[in-house]
Amino acid sequence: MKKLMEMNHVKKSFDGNEVLKDISLSVEEGEVVSIIGPSGSGKSTLLRCATLLETMDAGDLIYLGEKAAKDENGKTVYVKNNELKRIQQQFGLVFQNFNLFPHYSVLKNITDAPIHVQKREKEEVLFEAKTLIEKMGLSDRADYYPCQLSGGQQQRVSIARALAMKPKILFFDEPTSALDPELTGEILKVIKELAREKMTMVIVTHEMNFAKDVSNRMIFMDQGVIVEETTPEQMFQSENQRTREFLGQYHNLG
Amino acid sequence: MSLQVMLSQLSAGMVTTILIFVLTLLFSLPLGLIISFGRMSENFLIRNIAKIYISIMRGTPLMLQLLVVYFGPYYIFGISISSSYRAYAVIIAFSINYAAYFAEIYRGGIESMPDGQYEAAKVLGYTKNQTFFKIILPQVVKRILPSVTNEVITLVKDTSLAFSIAYAEMFTIAKSIAASQKSMIPFVAAAIFYYVFNFFVASLMEFWEKKMSYYR
Ligand SMILES: Nc1ncnc2c1ncn2[C@@H]1O[C@H](COP(=O)(O)OP(=O)(O)O)[C@@H](O)[C@H]1O
Ligand SMILES: [Mg+2]
Repeated sequence: MKKLMEMNHVKKSFDGNEVLKDISLSVEEGEVVSIIGPSGSGKSTLLRCATLLETMDAGDLIYLGEKAAKDENGKTVYVKNNELKRIQQQFGLVFQNFNLFPHYSVLKNITDAPIHVQKREKEEVLFEAKTLIEKMGLSDRADYYPCQLSGGQQQRVSIARALAMKPKILFFDEPTSALDPELTGEILKVIKELAREKMTMVIVTHEMNFAKDVSNRMIFMDQGVIVEETTPEQMFQSENQRTREFLGQYHNLG
Repeated sequence: MSLQVMLSQLSAGMVTTILIFVLTLLFSLPLGLIISFGRMSENFLIRNIAKIYISIMRGTPLMLQLLVVYFGPYYIFGISISSSYRAYAVIIAFSINYAAYFAEIYRGGIESMPDGQYEAAKVLGYTKNQTFFKIILPQVVKRILPSVTNEVITLVKDTSLAFSIAYAEMFTIAKSIAASQKSMIPFVAAAIFYYVFNFFVASLMEFWEKKMSYYR
């Protein structure tokens, strides 16, 4: 198995408040990893460090064996910007609140970066975007603007936008938390479909049934540490006090 | 003086007024953007220079600034002022003054942009320049359009301040004809002109705002 991403001994503080305390995590090709944990436990911060939106204080960050950041005497040193830009092409991120570009149509949201960042052939990008739009069930919405779409449709556009960059690994930060309950299903379905296609994904979620279904591995985080990391089956039968307490809040486990 | 002669003199002034208006916008809009960057700079010195600049430009009368720009070279440096400098002085004074107002409008617009837009752009690999010009600025323009409209309408009326250095724009001419002919007609004509000009400008801005309303 090929290791796509690796984080070693990552630490991160915000003004003296240590949010990530020595986190290590690695993701292999084709794997789906879910991260669960109470709010404030550092899940978003972990994803933001992995996607270079936040700088780590200590630890390594490695994509496909290529170091984006390396720990030197307990302090993270990042590689040069042009190298980071290249490494950045390996991953995508789907935000909780979509962060679509409101002034771009659905099609332009999806195609603009592949054309103007990756400098790929316009025809090819447009063709692939059409396929993605179809796959997301948005064929009749290509020329719409984000404000004309439901939350679920917007999130599907943002997933398509991330996929259009052909990332090796896709991160999701609570992709359904901003959606009305009746709309979460359509997003979870899309992610499950991606899992079937062996897309490598790391998903922060509060949807326990979904996490159980879709993941190969689950990580339970609390107060900046990984409390438990195991298969979904074992996670839900955990003997760990904190894990049990946390999972106990979700009564709808089927 | 016949009405015809009066109007033809006034119309020369109109053209000058429109020219002041257009040139001031042409220079002050981009200059304002640069000053707003300075105002938001992480560099303490640059940020505070921009801050003081804006504060002075907004805190003193435009007419006074115009006089300083016009007479300053002579009083401060002893450079004799040629009459052609009058036109430059008007454009310089108006541009640096309006740039200060625009800078604050831009800053308000830029700071109101949610972080998520920058983060989405960063994860997609856009460069800083691409992010600003493709993602941020178009949205900022939409947000600030109503405030810009206010400034632009004020500018139409402010062009008349050029009379203070006797620059021959609409208002200066109207005033001198009115005095020499002992007639109210030039003032009435001037009023109509400014009103129609502003009506036109306001309609244009409204049209633009409508055009931008395809998204929220
Ligand atoms: N930019 C920031 N500045 C200061 N504190 C932050 C910042 N981002 C996150 N935090 C703090 O870090 C902790 C973990 O936050 P987060 O990673 O968002 O947790 P989660 O996603 O698990 O809810 C919280 O206490 C939060 O207040
Ligand atoms: Mg979070």
